[in-house]
Amino acid sequence: MKKFINGSENVEAEVNRGLALSKPNILRQLPGCNVMVRQNLKTDRVALVFGCGSGHEPAPNGYVGYGMLDAGIPGKIFSSPTPDMILKGIKEVQNEAGVLCLIVNYTGDVLNFRLAMEMAQMENIAVESVIIADDVATQKNKSVGRRGLAGVVLVMKIAGAEAELGSDLYRVKEVTEWAASGLRTIGVACRPCIIPSDGEPSFELGEQEMEIGMGLHGEPGVLRCNMMTVKETVHQMLELILLDCNYENSEVAVLINGLGGTPPMELYAVNDCVHQYLGEAGIKIYDTMIGNYMTSMEMGGFSISLMRLDPHLKALYDMAAVTPIIRR
Amino acid sequence: MFGKEYTIAALEAICQDIIEHEEELNHLDNAIGDGDHGTNMARFSRIILQELPKIQEEKDELGEIFHYVGMRCINEIGGSAGPLFGTFFLRAGMAAAGKTVLSAADWVTAFAAGSMGVSQLGKSSEGDKTMLDAMFPAVRAMQEAAGTGGSLPEVFAAGVEAAENGVVYTKTIQANKGRASYLGSRSIGHQDPGATTIMLMLQAMHKVAVEREVE
Repeated sequence: MKKFINGSENVEAEVNRGLALSKPNILRQLPGCNVMVRQNLKTDRVALVFGCGSGHEPAPNGYVGYGMLDAGIPGKIFSSPTPDMILKGIKEVQNEAGVLCLIVNYTGDVLNFRLAMEMAQMENIAVESVIIADDVATQKNKSVGRRGLAGVVLVMKIAGAEAELGSDLYRVKEVTEWAASGLRTIGVACRPCIIPSDGEPSFELGEQEMEIGMGLHGEPGVLRCNMMTVKETVHQMLELILLDCNYENSEVAVLINGLGGTPPMELYAVNDCVHQYLGEAGIKIYDTMIGNYMTSMEMGGFSISLMRLDPHLKALYDMAAVTPIIRR
Repeated sequence: MFGKEYTIAALEAICQDIIEHEEELNHLDNAIGDGDHGTNMARFSRIILQELPKIQEEKDELGEIFHYVGMRCINEIGGSAGPLFGTFFLRAGMAAAGKTVLSAADWVTAFAAGSMGVSQLGKSSEGDKTMLDAMFPAVRAMQEAAGTGGSLPEVFAAGVEAAENGVVYTKTIQANKGRASYLGSRSIGHQDPGATTIMLMLQAMHKVAVEREVE
């Protein structure tokens, strides 16, 4: 294992301190933990909270700041944050307008947030949640539902903007659910990542193999095959998205997300193919974000997310945001 | 009846046995999950072992002890096992609130309350290939044993047997919950690590009850 770390014990803390130190005007780290809140907390607007495992940097804490998250709560590497930390974040940012939690749909995340929200409600905090389940590689009719992938970054932008408008908790939740309902993501992986405490690759793929639909933590996908050209890969992936959701005549925001081990060069090539394919399919692209927005450490691969935009969502998408990663 | 002394001894045995089975639990989890169930449970067990003297000194009511262990589960184990095992202990603690000794019937009530809590939080039931496939059969077997006047070792023995059968049963079914469910029918043939941990816990409780001749 080749990683620039001091060891597996405190890696989460070191990573978060490094991020906090980079943007002291935007971020404030709560003492003794990895919970990050924005500077100048709002006092009369719905607060937005998101947490996920570490190892997905810059998520969650790179999205803390004006117009997006009020609190980010990372867990240990690839493990949901625990209820005590979630509750700490909720209590730090809560005000009378209430709190909305965004949860990516993994059993651990859902259970830990459910417990934390129960605890917050016992302390008379108004708290609601929206679960993000955008992975078309997983079946939606199963009882656990679909996994949550990088599409949550687009939803955060929408939810944070609606909250800044001063809408009440139920309106913010409704708009967030509306945005999430038009969101689909598909991933592909070609190289595993290594969890520092394990020191071993998280899955095995042959030298010439890739897997379409593989999850952010190496969960099984839909198709393992030999490496294809980027054009063929993108076609296979977008086909899965468009079979699942009809975007015809829609306008969409596109997120090309690198998993950490795929360079910008390849991500731009991906985007070239995405634009060509969507153009031919009659889908209008309003804006495209390309980069490492929600990674799996050094995993090789990327994901493509489409989020349907209507005029209101478009306005929210364009509203100001001041976070370490997204600035508008 | 059992009191604080037995409870502390049983917790110690449970933690030691989990640590001893760390690799095996990781191995089971690796086949259908993310392979860290043993690591997480063993980390939690080491913390509890370290804190046992403090727990023994500060807490007298069994409900309080269960509550404390539950909170440690929730905040230390992480993943989905933390909230689930934690809720088990919290709910069992609520059922045992105010008591310094538990009869066999009290124990079964507490265990059943904990199992129901797990089922509610996970929105899951028997047959989903989860820890409930060890828990619910154990609840029924222990209810029956306690109802017919069985001693605590007999009640635990009935629970152990049912949990062991439940663990074997998890090999034959498909996972409907958690990470293992993404595998669909490929999860068949693998033993559920959560159910295995419940079995280990009951085995340890039985062992200590026999050793200490708890009636």
